Amino acid sequence: MAKPKVAFYWCASCGGCEEAVVDLAENILKVVEAVEFVLWPVAMDFKIKDVEALQDGEIAVSFINGGIRTGEQEHVAKLLRKKSGLVVAFGACAHLGGVPGLANFSNRDRIFDYVYHKSPSVDNPERIVPQEKTVVREGELTLPEFYNTVHTLDQVIDVDYYLPGCAPPPDLIMNAVEAILTGNLPEKGAVLSPDKSLCDTCKRKVTKPEKTVIREIKRVHEVMLDPEKCFLDQGIICVGPATRDGCGERCINANMPCRGCFGPTSRVDDQGAKFLSALASIIDADSEDAINKITDSIADPAGIFYFYSLPASMLKRRLDI
Amino acid sequence: MKDFEPRIIGFLCNWCSYAGADAAGSARKIYPPNVKVIRVMCTGRIDPQFVLKAFQSGADGVLILGCHPGDCHYKEGNYNALRRFHLLRTMLAQFGIEKDRVRLDWVSASEAEKFVATVNDMVKKVKILGPLRKTAVA
Repeated sequence: MAKPKVAFYWCASCGGCEEAVVDLAENILKVVEAVEFVLWPVAMDFKIKDVEALQDGEIAVSFINGGIRTGEQEHVAKLLRKKSGLVVAFGACAHLGGVPGLANFSNRDRIFDYVYHKSPSVDNPERIVPQEKTVVREGELTLPEFYNTVHTLDQVIDVDYYLPGCAPPPDLIMNAVEAILTGNLPEKGAVLSPDKSLCDTCKRKVTKPEKTVIREIKRVHEVMLDPEKCFLDQGIICVGPATRDGCGERCINANMPCRGCFGPTSRVDDQGAKFLSALASIIDADSEDAINKITDSIADPAGIFYFYSLPASMLKRRLDI
Repeated sequence: MKDFEPRIIGFLCNWCSYAGADAAGSARKIYPPNVKVIRVMCTGRIDPQFVLKAFQSGADGVLILGCHPGDCHYKEGNYNALRRFHLLRTMLAQFGIEKDRVRLDWVSASEAEKFVATVNDMVKKVKILGPLRKTAVA
């Protein structure tokens, strides 16, 4: 029997998701043995025309990581959708927009202006910026369009499953691969991770007081963190209450608070707003001045609450630019 | 922007502010019809997601009215609303949503006048701001 064809593709992301696949260690041999790769630009030399030559639906599953930021990414995502039976949004950026999605607090003009003119390390006296079309002696050169907004994968194509995480942990990847190979899949649209909050399995739960109260917000570099105690109880912002479980608590185990890369549970539409609600509710102050004093000490609230999920949020981007 | 009529969503608590709005109506007080009222049992029930949903769905402003501090039917629901409100407004400013587009105030069941004055003031301020701009998403 022919092996199922598999594609991996990389859109607007850091490359950590590709690394996570390599981190399957010897398990990757099982995967390689069971499937046939038809596209995996980071590891193997295939061309887009090889994919175009395939029949529609011929690829069993495409794993696409990264948000959609350029025209090329949208084009390949749509091509893979057409050629694939299943599409899995792989990792936080494809799932929620991820860290690159924080660019939605800005726009294309501001990003280009900073990157090509204002950044202190840039020397660009002729003020050259990349163009979609450039005519040179040999002909016309093209670059993909850089969009104003970063999109999640499912805002551009239909997505069958989501593998959350920055990057997805190896055990969840292996579970997903096995589920796909054996056809033992949950209902379409599922996030392949437990649907409860991270606090539910956090090992610091035992030290959490009955009623957590915050009188002062601190940042991780300002204090020596107690490695046993709930972060919120130490005045440290931890997005665990508004984040899905299943990551294996890698950050918590390294004494760092959760930043929410697994996204919200299925009952939540907007992770940032939900976390804001949880955080504000445990602030121990009743007067307007005292409340404002505590909330004003949060540096960049939107940036923290939507660290991984801005493009997937209700507002999706800054509205006035 | 002379003809702009803002769409404002008003979340009013059942026990004080909704009754206050009702009193304003019974007394035939005149105020602009821009606020679409949603009755909630308590301002403490207003999830920040509701406010975002309102903006996402085309509102130009959101007005939250509840019982005066100390008067909450559920003892401290309005304090919870107060705790969320300032942080929410700070965060919304980062999304380019001006502070005057979201307002929290206290209106008791007998304060028909205050309800009318608050709606008047809110409508006036959002009119000055104009429609909530929507950036082209591409």
